[in-house]
Amino acid sequence: MKSFDYFKKGMKDAIPICLGYMAVSFAFGIQASEAGLSVLQATCMSLMNVTSAGQFSSLELIMNQATFAEMALLQFIINLRYMLMSAALSQKLSTKTGTLHRMGIAYGVTDEIFGVSALVKGELKPAYSYGLIITSVVGWVFGTFMGAFAGQIMPQRLISCLGLAIYGMFLAIILPEAKVKKPVMAVVISAMVMSTVFTYTPVLKSISSGFRIIIVTVVVAALASVFAPVVETEGGQESA
Amino acid sequence: MHSIYSYIIVMAVVTYLIRALPLTLIRKEIKSPFVKSFLYYVPYATLAAMTFPAILHASDYMVASICGFVTAVVLSLKNKSLLTVAVSSCAVVFVVELIMYH
Repeated sequence: MKSFDYFKKGMKDAIPICLGYMAVSFAFGIQASEAGLSVLQATCMSLMNVTSAGQFSSLELIMNQATFAEMALLQFIINLRYMLMSAALSQKLSTKTGTLHRMGIAYGVTDEIFGVSALVKGELKPAYSYGLIITSVVGWVFGTFMGAFAGQIMPQRLISCLGLAIYGMFLAIILPEAKVKKPVMAVVISAMVMSTVFTYTPVLKSISSGFRIIIVTVVVAALASVFAPVVETEGGQESA
Repeated sequence: MHSIYSYIIVMAVVTYLIRALPLTLIRKEIKSPFVKSFLYYVPYATLAAMTFPAILHASDYMVASICGFVTAVVLSLKNKSLLTVAVSSCAVVFVVELIMYH
């Protein structure tokens, strides 16, 4: 296949991602405009970040005028998973792949794009990645624009129900894996319980939501790594 | 008072560096089993902590949110796509709010 064929195939394979992103980023656009961002600012954030969890969590910090260090640390912790994905993808590329291509592919490392890229048989072609990225990012940015633009004239009832979209997507990302891997299920349930305790217990609830997520993530993931270390098997990682 | 654009740039730089550094720099495999395991579990812990209990307050009425949450859990366990799960849980909340709080 020629590069352009890989590119077209990537664009086609990302259609489900594009649709999913539109639903979620529409909700993000609404929430961003409620947080005081303009349509252009919300759209800009989506184009430059392409990270659902990171963007949603940033809104509270922006509203509270948090420091840049807090924002940087929150994004670092929430998006730390991209490091693992990026490292895994580096193994999927041909060793001849140049630095510029690697930097281009890096722009689109998200849970969903990674999921599709990692399942490609054999080598990952940069052209294929660019196809995936373009279709997905168009959905992400367009959805944000529509949400931020139309969110202001949308009925409250519709805005209320769309608040569920992002959490529905998160559950759809984590639960299928949790169903088949007990340590992952334990991590998911522990994180939810711990997060609930931190949200409602006096004193603990004064911790900002960003740091609550950071603390829960580090504690739960570290404990899981001690009690159920992941062992490398052929074709991917398996928890022991 | 920071401008919103400066926050967006801080976020974009941090997030891009996270994505770009391993792809461009790390050519060798990560050896530490602890670090590998930790990174493997991070997304599940983060997304779970972000989802619950926040999902209970995601719509205007907690009863409706709980119905949406249950819907999302059931459909996710049936391996439905992100789109199906997201849209269905929104639809359930919409219907419940319509019935209970018209």
